[in-house]
Amino acid sequence: MLSTAIALALGLALAYVLANYAFRGKDVLDAALTLPLVLPPTVLGYYLLVVLGRDSLLGRMYETVVGSPLVFTWQAAVVAALLHSAPLLIKSARAALESVDHTCERAARTLGASEWRVFHAITLPLARRSILAATALAFARSLGDFGVTIMLAGNIPGRTQTVAVAIYDAVEAGNGALARTLVVVISAIALAVLWVANRLGEPAPRRSQAA
Amino acid sequence: MIQVRLRNHFPARPDSTPFTLDAAFQTSAGVTALFGPSGAGKTVTLDCIAGFIRPAEGRVVMGETVLFDAAAGVNLPPRARQCGYVFQNYALFPHRTLRENLEFAAERLPSLERRRRVNAILESFRLEEVAGRHPHELSGGQKQRCSIARALLAAPRLLLLDEPAQGLDHALRLDLYGALRQVRADFSTPILLVTHDLDECFELAGEMLILDRGRVLQSGSPRTILDNPASIDVARLLGRYNLLPVQIKALDPARDSSLLRFGEFDLAGPYFRGRFIGDNVTLFIRPEQLTARPRDGRPGPNQVPATLERAGDRPESVRLEFSNGIVVTAPRADFERNRHNKEWVVEFPAPWLRVL
Repeated sequence: MLSTAIALALGLALAYVLANYAFRGKDVLDAALTLPLVLPPTVLGYYLLVVLGRDSLLGRMYETVVGSPLVFTWQAAVVAALLHSAPLLIKSARAALESVDHTCERAARTLGASEWRVFHAITLPLARRSILAATALAFARSLGDFGVTIMLAGNIPGRTQTVAVAIYDAVEAGNGALARTLVVVISAIALAVLWVANRLGEPAPRRSQAA
Repeated sequence: MIQVRLRNHFPARPDSTPFTLDAAFQTSAGVTALFGPSGAGKTVTLDCIAGFIRPAEGRVVMGETVLFDAAAGVNLPPRARQCGYVFQNYALFPHRTLRENLEFAAERLPSLERRRRVNAILESFRLEEVAGRHPHELSGGQKQRCSIARALLAAPRLLLLDEPAQGLDHALRLDLYGALRQVRADFSTPILLVTHDLDECFELAGEMLILDRGRVLQSGSPRTILDNPASIDVARLLGRYNLLPVQIKALDPARDSSLLRFGEFDLAGPYFRGRFIGDNVTLFIRPEQLTARPRDGRPGPNQVPATLERAGDRPESVRLEFSNGIVVTAPRADFERNRHNKEWVVEFPAPWLRVL
């Protein structure tokens, strides 16, 4: 949940930048942001360990500020989920923002509205449904992460164990009943979230023409 | 007063051919029509003035304010240009009611004043009853009026209208012209109107600019331009003339007369300054300036025999197309009497003959 919220805030900002500005290296940034979708999770986890581990600069900064290392904590699981789901969100949010009728935004500008006002009064409300759909999708995806989590957050029951990791554990331990329950639960949640996402992705139902 | 000088090259794109805009003009109060065929650069010109496109060279000055100056590096963003823009698709905000659409344009006013202004404009554009509706619940005419009202609420110093009559039926068109005449009377805002309809220019504009392939070919009042097109290109764009190839056979400045050879016929006309005998020129004359009558014996002076090929009905007149490319519009009653006649003579009134 927390990771989805962070992903939403961060993802929207990045999507806005990608949708509205042309700059050098835009394609590279876009590709880099998409990378987590295609790389094996273990590779991502390794990168994160290197970048955020106890010996790294960022890891040490985090440790100084918060007082405990980041890796192998629930916060690490959040970071893992974030990395796993953000690309999906950025991609969809960018598409959503770009699909908004640009003449509406232009009209708002000629009426004297600032860029921020245009974004939050015109673009965002018009893209709202698609963005919510993207968020739901990202949330569903973060549920399903396995590789990045186990690399970065480890597998500490009750602290960093996500459902996906717990299922792996249950199967390994031969606990078929627990595995089955968890599988059913996560499938149900994912199905529900995807259903919501699809519903949101459909065009808004038009109110009928008033007589 | 608005002074505009724009120069920009648009490279070829999948949906358009390469195009160079090189336009300069100035307009003052009232309605100025930007007339030209599709692809002449009319909308691009509006976009440059509004600040959506940054031309490579040029200057846009409104009164004392420099909106854009390539040489000086001035380029105000659209929101600071105070140009009201009425888009072809109206660009009303679909998630806001009509009233909220209007309020958006007056956001910087204190709320009491905003309310008063919005109510006043709703009333003057006959929109009070539908103020609570969303754009998709409005008729085309209401959307259009709302879009103009919204642009005016922001107190623009110039109003840009992009083909506002496009796609409107006749009744809505008259409605729009009424609304624009009202704007012209009630607001001192100068209006730049993009159109490819000459009737619309006559209906609304005090001044018109003929734009073709990114260049301004001629400017002046619609009447002046129609009577004296500056070039064959302008005459072709206006599309209201017979354009006939003729040769000058005689010129007499003392008697203000000339003789033109059209095919195997001689036409007497006025003296043409700056032309020489033997010049091949184009005679232009509007269909309603010609008269056609059934052929009866030898053609008289300034009459050209012609075979009727097609008669097209118009509400108040008939458009007669003849074999040698001459088009005449004749009053319906005159034509009805000779409906079955095939051989005609077309009479060219000497004082009306003009050449390019």
